[in-house]
Amino acid sequence: MLKSSQNISVRRRVTNWLALGSICLATFIVTIPLFLILGTVITRGIGALNWDFLTQIPKPIGETGGGMANAIVGSIELLAVASLIGVPLGIGSGVFLAEYGRNKWGNMVRFTADVLNGVPSIVIGLTAYALVVVVQKHFSLLAGSVALGIMMVPTICRTTEEVLLLVPQAIREAALGLGIPKWRTILSVVLRTASAGIVTSIMLAFARVAGETAPLMFTAFGNQYWSKSINQPTAALPLQIFTYAIMPYEQAHAQAWTGALVLISLIMFTVILFRFISSRSTIKGAS
Amino acid sequence: MEAAGIHVKDLNAWFGAKQALHGIGMEIPAKKATAIIGPSGCGKSTFVRCLNRMHETLPDARVEGKVSIGDLDVYGRGVSPVWIRRRVGMVFQKPNPFPTMSIYDNVAAGLKLNGFHNRHELDNIVERSLRHAALWDEVKDDLKKKSGASLSGGQQQRLCLARALAVEPEVLLMDEPASALDPISTAKIEDLIFELKKEYTVVIVTHNMQQAARVADFTAFFLMGYMVELDKTETMFTKPSDKRTEDYITGRFG
Repeated sequence: MLKSSQNISVRRRVTNWLALGSICLATFIVTIPLFLILGTVITRGIGALNWDFLTQIPKPIGETGGGMANAIVGSIELLAVASLIGVPLGIGSGVFLAEYGRNKWGNMVRFTADVLNGVPSIVIGLTAYALVVVVQKHFSLLAGSVALGIMMVPTICRTTEEVLLLVPQAIREAALGLGIPKWRTILSVVLRTASAGIVTSIMLAFARVAGETAPLMFTAFGNQYWSKSINQPTAALPLQIFTYAIMPYEQAHAQAWTGALVLISLIMFTVILFRFISSRSTIKGAS
Repeated sequence: MEAAGIHVKDLNAWFGAKQALHGIGMEIPAKKATAIIGPSGCGKSTFVRCLNRMHETLPDARVEGKVSIGDLDVYGRGVSPVWIRRRVGMVFQKPNPFPTMSIYDNVAAGLKLNGFHNRHELDNIVERSLRHAALWDEVKDDLKKKSGASLSGGQQQRLCLARALAVEPEVLLMDEPASALDPISTAKIEDLIFELKKEYTVVIVTHNMQQAARVADFTAFFLMGYMVELDKTETMFTKPSDKRTEDYITGRFG
């Protein structure tokens, strides 16, 4: 009896060790591409990174120097306007699905969001072209933002729905039981309880669209100079990287790598900043 | 606000096609504690949730019949459930403080989220409600520092009680308020009920018959969606008039 129980324990320990080992190995393999990408971008990009790169606009082809200042600012503006469009729509539709969407209409919205999530980004670019560029009769920052904004919606919508459904029913009942109206309960209690998850969903959508090139090609279009208004075509980091990467000049390639480094840093900086802000606003012991 | 009695007549409630309450009629006196006892699934919780119109928030739930609190017709035409719930406080089975709010904000939630923002008044109400719920001394130093979720289970339940008292209801409904708590926390809650029934009309659902005997002036026995008997607690536990009540309280079933 004692002997057989000891055998089981040995077998269990081996199984446990094997399972744990394979999980660790899988995790390690998954992180390899990430570090390869980061390593390559940093080693190739750091060389051309200097103050001029961050403050100057591109020099004409053939001249040395110049930078991507207009593309950096353009990307920040595009993402800001895109977030203004995508975040309220995404959160709004997510709240609808979680709180009022247990019906046919909700299923339809859910299905639409899932399909939209799978639409190739270039098709969304074409849509923004048809909706904005054709109407305005010229390329613009606005058109680019609309394309990116539309791309943010399904991710934010579905993730918001998921995290709102994780808020326990008891919390909603507590608020309703106090005589707080349903809209106020959703706004001040449910959304607040799920705020960490919603910030994550916004960051996911943000990071996803920040690197998009295709939907910007015939909306924001690109610009070798400063864009002076929301109605003008604008430079953007992914576009500038693409333009430089296909040029037959060594110096342009170096600048493309640096552009990639700046883009990645921009995304990481924003994500960390928002995480920091959202963690500061929660209080001690909050679960 | 002055406490009011509750008058229930011919109350029926459904979950979809399943009827959970059958023709309940009862008088719940003002400023007394009334206990609702009965086996699991007998409709006790559904009954109290009909008193503040929480039942209808569940999908496919339906109510028919008449409930009045004082002279207010709870299911009257044009009466808002939100308004009813401000006059009828509720404490739930599992402590459910708002996890992302501080202790202070938890207590002030019912007022703040209904547009009441006078800082000085709020400070007073929060302190008074926490004292009322016998929690003030334990939390006064971290009112705004700690989350409601950081407290122990018993403290959380008293926080929920303070939260309900802060909006000054006339009636206090308690749905098995101590069933998730240890004996010491349970005793604290029971002591509080004793104090609270001096000012409020208290309705307490409980699984625990000793608890009903200790805190309630009146006791109602529910079975399978029907109210079998309602009487003074003393009478109920010594000379019940219905055979089924006797079987239940002597532990023959349930």
